[in-house]
Amino acid sequence: MIAEGLRVRPSEETRTVNRVRASERVKQLAYDSAGLLVAAVMLFPIYWMIITAFKPGRDILTLTPKWLPAPATLDNFKDAVARPFFLDDVRNSLVIVAVMLALALTTAFLAAVATARFGFKGRTALLVMLIAVQMVPLNSLIIPLYMQLDNIGQVDALPGVIAVYLAAVLPFMIWTLRGFIANIPVELEESAMIDGCTRVGAFFRITFPLVGPGLVATAIFGFIQAWNEYIIAYVLLSSPHNQTLTVWLASFTTNHGPEWGPLMAAATLTGLPVVVFFLLLQRYLVGGLTAGAVKG
Amino acid sequence: MATAVVTPDPRPALRRNLLPYALVAPGVALIVGVLGFPLAWLVWLSFQHYGLRELIAHQGQWVGFDNYRTILIDPLFHQVIGRTLLFTFACVALTVVISTLIAVLLRKVRRAVRVIVMSALVFVWATPVIVTVDIWQWMFDYEFGIINYLLTRLHAGNFIHHNWFDNPLQGWTVFVVVVVWGAIPFVAITIYAGLLQVPGELLDAAEVDGAGAWQRFRFVTAPILKPIFLIVTCLSTIWDFGVFNQVYVLLNERPSSDYYTIAIYSYRESFGVSQYGLGATIAVLLVIVLVIVTLFYVRETIKVADIT
Repeated sequence: MIAEGLRVRPSEETRTVNRVRASERVKQLAYDSAGLLVAAVMLFPIYWMIITAFKPGRDILTLTPKWLPAPATLDNFKDAVARPFFLDDVRNSLVIVAVMLALALTTAFLAAVATARFGFKGRTALLVMLIAVQMVPLNSLIIPLYMQLDNIGQVDALPGVIAVYLAAVLPFMIWTLRGFIANIPVELEESAMIDGCTRVGAFFRITFPLVGPGLVATAIFGFIQAWNEYIIAYVLLSSPHNQTLTVWLASFTTNHGPEWGPLMAAATLTGLPVVVFFLLLQRYLVGGLTAGAVKG
Repeated sequence: MATAVVTPDPRPALRRNLLPYALVAPGVALIVGVLGFPLAWLVWLSFQHYGLRELIAHQGQWVGFDNYRTILIDPLFHQVIGRTLLFTFACVALTVVISTLIAVLLRKVRRAVRVIVMSALVFVWATPVIVTVDIWQWMFDYEFGIINYLLTRLHAGNFIHHNWFDNPLQGWTVFVVVVVWGAIPFVAITIYAGLLQVPGELLDAAEVDGAGAWQRFRFVTAPILKPIFLIVTCLSTIWDFGVFNQVYVLLNERPSSDYYTIAIYSYRESFGVSQYGLGATIAVLLVIVLVIVTLFYVRETIKVADIT
């Protein structure tokens, strides 16, 4: 009997273990399918844009949609690129983003160091201001911004737009970078100073490399904000050769009813640089956001 | 401890005290110079009669609170502000709830699936708003739009040649979908990043003590995520309350007054009919309403920030 019991028990145990494993596998399968469903729903609009961009005109306007571009064509892209001012507007967008980012990262970094590493009079007031400024939607300032830039002759000129974008992204950038710098223990710098580093040397050798991800995260934020902005550029930049890609893109729609093929091709081209920039740098991003958010 | 060992900074105290101000100066100068002045001007403008003639002459006409009186008794303004608040509430609530669910799901799925979902979110996040607006416009096209086709095929009714924007309620539903879809990636990824910081031992301990999944979320995860929820809710409220592009561009830059948000109303008054004074008044009221709505979040956020 004892021998029998010994023989039976292990097999019963394995059966329970198997049952638990099976139910866990079903659960895991449910989670994974839910995840894939989320991905599919989120991606579908982008899939549909790209598919449409590669379809010849007669396959776009069909009552029964075609799920794949067969035959595929590049005509829509050729059409979009051949529209007036495409290259001008690509250049403008690039110049605005590049200049803006370089200036924004430098000034934001300096201010972030000050607020994270120094206690000084007016620090709290400054932090409150950084939040308060973000509460004012940029759209509501269009009228006075337009008039102010008009007064100094910077309407329809890139520097005006760069200055506006710069001021618009700075509060968020300072705030986020501050969180990163505050997260790095001061003791690291101090021990470097004990080992003979100067204060500045310690900062650049120890703290600066650790802030790298933070700079990347804020750079992505700034890039997206500036590249995607529409209404300020639309109001401030009036001549077609001075406009940005988003304004160029919006001009497709109004002409004589949207031409979906070229419009989707143009939209694909406009979105591409941001997606590339983002994908190149995104692995720094997840950690970056929390550091900024949690440490305030 | 270590500080005591460090040799004192040989530089004069005054220079050291000025250093933080010097570091902050360029940023503050830019923010105040570029945004502070226009903000003050906006308020000043809201007390002026400022039309096309005044714009050319660079000289407004002081009218005191006339603009505010005109706007505050304007039935369209009441309608627009109520609608904008309702729209903001719907968008923010849906965004935060759906994003939280996605963030929690991201912790449960296997690695490969997580990479796929994250990439999808990143793709959507990176796509410019104007681009997404064009896509949705195409998908909701009344004649050849994929949405009408799918809904008809799924037997949700006959949507062939259905125009979503004839009925404002349906039109606003479309805008909620467009805005929430675009807002989910940032919020979901931020909350997910926050979830990663919740110590696993705490959750295990709670489970050992008999806490269910909901209780674990409610009493362990949620309190740790509070600062993150505060920030994403606050930012979402600010962004959704100022919604402009989605509605304006999707309706081919000619929205009827049924589709005004406060931001569009202000823009139309200023640049549509050249009443810059009235437009400024609406913009000031927009900011005031927004401050009232977000006051709670901002206070909490500052509290959290000052502790660290």
